[in-house]
Amino acid sequence: MPICRREFLKLAGLGSAIMVLGSRGLLQAAGGEQAKDDFFFLQISDTHWGFNDPAVNPDSKGTLKKAIAAANSLTVQPDFVVFTGDLTHTTDDPKERRRRMAEVKEIIGGLKVRDIKFLAGEHDAGLDNGEAFQEIFGKTRYTFQHKGVNFIVVDNVSDPTSSIGDAGLQWLQGELAKLDPASRIIVLTHRPLFDLYPQWDWWTRDGSKAVDMLMPYKNATVLYGHIHQEHHHMTGHIPHHAAKGMMLPLPAPGSVPKRVPIPWNPAEPYKGLGYRGVTAKAAKGEYLLTEYPIVKGV
Amino acid sequence: MTCMLVSLSGLAEAADAADAQRQGSEAIKITAKRFEYSPNEIHVKKNVPVVIEFTALDRLHGFVVPQLNIRSNIEPGKITRVTIVFPDAGTYDFHCDIFCGDGHEDMTGKFIVEE
Repeated sequence: MPICRREFLKLAGLGSAIMVLGSRGLLQAAGGEQAKDDFFFLQISDTHWGFNDPAVNPDSKGTLKKAIAAANSLTVQPDFVVFTGDLTHTTDDPKERRRRMAEVKEIIGGLKVRDIKFLAGEHDAGLDNGEAFQEIFGKTRYTFQHKGVNFIVVDNVSDPTSSIGDAGLQWLQGELAKLDPASRIIVLTHRPLFDLYPQWDWWTRDGSKAVDMLMPYKNATVLYGHIHQEHHHMTGHIPHHAAKGMMLPLPAPGSVPKRVPIPWNPAEPYKGLGYRGVTAKAAKGEYLLTEYPIVKGV
Repeated sequence: MTCMLVSLSGLAEAADAADAQRQGSEAIKITAKRFEYSPNEIHVKKNVPVVIEFTALDRLHGFVVPQLNIRSNIEPGKITRVTIVFPDAGTYDFHCDIFCGDGHEDMTGKFIVEE
């Protein structure tokens, strides 16, 4: 369902909006795809279900539920919701890992929207090469299409060396080969594909190869998580947008000696946590990002 | 900062300890386990080859010195030798670059390089 201007402004009022300029006019210039309906989806990331440190988040069991309730209260429901990884907080115990996954999946099932896409994070998949994640959530790399936009889920977490790996890169190449250079593409992944701050594992070891594969495609955008904060970066013409997390905010890259969670501030509860709405405006080839807090005003 | 790498490849490889020993360096033994290196602060001299013998006590870990573009896997059950020559005095941080669990981000250390 396209979003009318009134509803869009209402959604925008809940959070901060960033207009992302895609390749305006490209669809018309290339004479490629016909115009499709606008659509809206949510990106929720780094829920870290199982994390427990009251000094960082005293509402570790409630934050995600609050976000789900807020999402369910939107007058215009998203077409789908994508979770960009670290659904669970890592554990050495394979049974506990599966228990957390099953539990968070059940909680996420409380969303009104039924079309939910899951990505793994290194917390979910890094210690067992994605075995438990695949049992409970499905494939770690896949594609889907929605109203003229091609979504490609890239796995850069099942390999604990922070790599996509040769097989994953080969797969990505194959999927891209099916698409026209004018195609609208959104890559969904967990870690940044570029070297944001490798010292903190904020990179993908072979991410530059993936970015190189994307460069011929003039209308590609990357959405990712992992760093627990909003971040925007360009590699050439390709925008990369990191989403906030839902459990433990992290400091800006290199701002402090160690990558430790930012402590909870009772005066500003849930500060640094949130989720994102993405409005795809087909005719203009643009994506509007709206950042939603867990609690209004923070 | 220039760096005398043990390999001419873009990413330095772990070197043979015998080469370093011919240059008169002693091996420094470091253990790696979740989530620490021991020792994790090593004092060395600049321009003197440093041979490090890593032992992983529990699982596969990584070792990377970003300033020098040097890295190596540290596999359990064997000794991994890495030879480094530090060209300048100062502090060189290192860390594990293979995700090893909750606490992985704490697995760090530093070389204090003296004149």
